[in-house]
Amino acid sequence: MINLLWFAMIAVAFVTAAVTGRMETFTDALFSSAEQAVSVVFSMVSMMTFWLGMMKIIEKSGFIHWIVKLLQPLSRLLFPRLPRDHPAMHAILMNMSANFLGMGNAATPFGLKAMQELQAINEDPQTASDEMCTFLAVNTSALTLVPTTVVALRAASGSLYPAEIVGTTFLATLCGVITAIAADKIFRSVSRRQNKRR
Amino acid sequence: MLQLMVQTAAVWVIPLFIFIVLVYAVVQKVDVFDTFVEGAQEGFSTAVNLIPYLVAMLVAIGLLRASGALELLIKIMAPLLARFNVPGEIVPLAIMRPLSGSGALGITAEILNNFGPDSFLGRLASTMQGSTDTTFFILTVYFGSVGIRRTRHALAVGLLADLAAFIASIVICTLVFY
Repeated sequence: MINLLWFAMIAVAFVTAAVTGRMETFTDALFSSAEQAVSVVFSMVSMMTFWLGMMKIIEKSGFIHWIVKLLQPLSRLLFPRLPRDHPAMHAILMNMSANFLGMGNAATPFGLKAMQELQAINEDPQTASDEMCTFLAVNTSALTLVPTTVVALRAASGSLYPAEIVGTTFLATLCGVITAIAADKIFRSVSRRQNKRR
Repeated sequence: MLQLMVQTAAVWVIPLFIFIVLVYAVVQKVDVFDTFVEGAQEGFSTAVNLIPYLVAMLVAIGLLRASGALELLIKIMAPLLARFNVPGEIVPLAIMRPLSGSGALGITAEILNNFGPDSFLGRLASTMQGSTDTTFFILTVYFGSVGIRRTRHALAVGLLADLAAFIASIVICTLVFY
């Protein structure tokens, strides 16, 4: 799937560049995008290091249990098979809290930690587990209380009411999250039925 | 009032969170410095392991943009979407949002500058920008970091959620702001 998608993206780009005569920009974009990818990673190193250090303190001090307790209704609904004191659950809930509070740069380290812990209990290390799919469904739909980046951008471009989109954004994001959770459950039950038939 | 609260919260949330966590840990007699360093150890390798996956995905997206293929897609989509009362100026954002975080933020900034942040288009673009995340980026990075090859339905779910959030943004903004 990903192999085909990746090939298709580059093939479509190549053909379009050939037809529109943009081969020079094609090569330029190739190098500049690769460079951008590496600099994105290096800009992540600092936050990754800091928040993984904090995560250790949160777990060791037992602060995590307050967060687990607070979000228990949500975690039972989304991850019924994952034990509530599993390190994967800890990292998932920290990631969701960070996203919800608009702490974007803290969310990624917690999220990657969650993926590592989920991978440790994954039956087939090449295939995404149910829990991984559910986690990413919630994650990509960006459930957030305050979209800090957008509010800052609006303020910077001279808006009289930078925060006025908080309500509409929350409602729209809620629609996205509900769709994601529902679609995830449907896809999952379909794939399970197909497995049974085999 | 709401605005002041939001702005204050945005400034306070991270410092306050760190302060509370540290005070709690000290009360629980955790060696905070040693524990921090122990956890932080993994930071560098976790980040650096992402390089191959991110290079692969960002190059593919960069090529799509530079070759003009995305522009072409936008030109084809705009008249179709116009039938459903979707303003043409918003289409590039809707297409870019799942693909590239920096690209989408650039388009939003442009719309805010050209039409004003408090115009209908400015508010709609802001809502769209904030209501979903960069699906391709997250899937690449998250699955890549642990070496998952078969991602099952994750991409389909992510894109469906994006679509739902876009439609919701348009409907909600039309009801509230238009």
